[in-house]
Amino acid sequence: MSNRVLMKGNEAFAEAAVQAGCKYFFGYPITPQNEIPEYMSKRLPEVGGVYLQAESEVAGINMIFGAAGTGFRTLISSSSPGISLMSEGISYIAAAELPCVIINVMRGGPGLGGILPAQSDYFQATKGGGHGDYRLLVLAPGSLQEATEFIMMAFDLTEFYRNPVMILTDGFMGQMMEAVEFKKVKLGYDIPDVKEWAVGYMAERGKRTLLKSLSLDPEVLEQHNQKLQKKYRLMEEKEVRFESANVDDAEIVIAAYGTTARIAKSAVKKLRDQGIKAGIIRPQSLYPFPYKPFSELPESVKHVLVVEMSCGQMVEDVELGVSRKVPVSFYGRCGGMAPSVEEIEQAAKKALG
Amino acid sequence: MPEVKIFERPKCMTDVSTHYCPGCTHGIVHRLVAEAIDEFGIQEKTVGVAPVGCAVLMYNYINTDMYEAAHGRAPAVATGCKRVRPDLTVFTYQGDGDLASIGVAEIVHAANRGENITVIFINNAIYGMTGGQMAPTTLLKQKTTTCPYGRDPKVNGYPIRIAEMLATLEAPGYIARVTVARPKYVIKAKEAIKKAFQTQIEEKGFSLVEVLSTCPTNWGMRPAEALKWLEENMIPYYPLGEFKLPD
Repeated sequence: MSNRVLMKGNEAFAEAAVQAGCKYFFGYPITPQNEIPEYMSKRLPEVGGVYLQAESEVAGINMIFGAAGTGFRTLISSSSPGISLMSEGISYIAAAELPCVIINVMRGGPGLGGILPAQSDYFQATKGGGHGDYRLLVLAPGSLQEATEFIMMAFDLTEFYRNPVMILTDGFMGQMMEAVEFKKVKLGYDIPDVKEWAVGYMAERGKRTLLKSLSLDPEVLEQHNQKLQKKYRLMEEKEVRFESANVDDAEIVIAAYGTTARIAKSAVKKLRDQGIKAGIIRPQSLYPFPYKPFSELPESVKHVLVVEMSCGQMVEDVELGVSRKVPVSFYGRCGGMAPSVEEIEQAAKKALG
Repeated sequence: MPEVKIFERPKCMTDVSTHYCPGCTHGIVHRLVAEAIDEFGIQEKTVGVAPVGCAVLMYNYINTDMYEAAHGRAPAVATGCKRVRPDLTVFTYQGDGDLASIGVAEIVHAANRGENITVIFINNAIYGMTGGQMAPTTLLKQKTTTCPYGRDPKVNGYPIRIAEMLATLEAPGYIARVTVARPKYVIKAKEAIKKAFQTQIEEKGFSLVEVLSTCPTNWGMRPAEALKWLEENMIPYYPLGEFKLPD
């Protein structure tokens, strides 16, 4: 018997976290992610957890810093402008090597922007956002089912790497309904006992713990950065995830993630129906980015078309992967507008000339 | 005759010299906090949150589990920790720039939620670590590197009385203002800090002790002059006392 349930995206994200053992959520209202804090405020007391509404996103992410320091699983969610406010705290959490999962249900920017879906926080998520040489492990689900699996997996990943993991999704995914089945996802990684580093175990450990990011000695700070970089290299080795279809004989490959990839898949089908050999590469991890499928494109590929709900952000990583072997072009809609199947189809035909 | 010790380093203070300037009162307050933790016997179940400011390195001196928070965010960090582990005693230690300027939202809302944490608030009327700039608690006419003509209320408003302001809220359990400018005040300060921790241990909600402190280096005074200046200028504007007691 199937355990599939029809759920709204934001609620499915929250339930996935609860089923992964997350009992602590600190949130602040912002559209289009409000169903996550709303769901958590009802659900977490049922599992003996804590939902607390913070006075701001700034306070919320610092509550996460404090909660993550106990070694228990913590989640925070927001949408684009709220993630900007959290960026300072995210940098501190990455520097102090604490685990937490952050969901960004993206909306159009810059500034206050709008409340409709966008993918314009790719740079913020994958290239920094906050200050300093840190990275987030960024996962971009393409369906609600995949989102629940990625969220469950994210809790293992964040504990294994002791680095924040971001689920980068958008208002479409947050607001739409789809059937999901909550399957336990376990990576099987060897996760060290939190008592080795978390607060509250001084007696068991025989010494105190310090959760901090300050290093006034430049040599010590450089060494700390090198340690962080080592983790990022390991992520690049182990955590690259992508899905590809119809690439083997393709003359044009479309690159898209999340919501846009769903639309692009329909465009690929329509192009194939017309005899145009189109394929798709859908990055599931945005950091680490799957450069390899782009650097190892088959000889048949004449063109790569990147489609995003932004003015062109992931396109820079695709270009790095392709390394000028074939032309890369971009088609995007932004500000809450989404590319249609027909628009992508036309862009692909234009690219092929 | 057995050896009798009449004075020793608190158990939860590390055996190192502090980085504080001569005449700075941080050392005294650190010691009072450490004594309180020792006297309650909670060293291994206490978590401190250091601020950004001169006390950022407090974790080098207080030997408990410790976080080092972003500027002004210590009450939020303490909230996150305490909500997950209510069995731990959680305190923040913050200066006037950290708590009364950049961290006003965090301190007001932590107090308003009755967050069961203890806050030690060092008010020395100036930014120490960054070299003597104006703080929200800088007195009128007091000169600093960013109000070189003296603080003018028309430009910068009036010094904020944090203890009184937070005492207007319903939720806090204990709020007091003390100083450590003379031994007689130190004894009172110790009592207040113990009461604050006691409030938390008894789960009676948010507790805060504001400690009027000196900054001889940035005030441009000798240590003894600084203590005298504090008594003559700060105490009249920032009256000592208890503003809120647990029910």
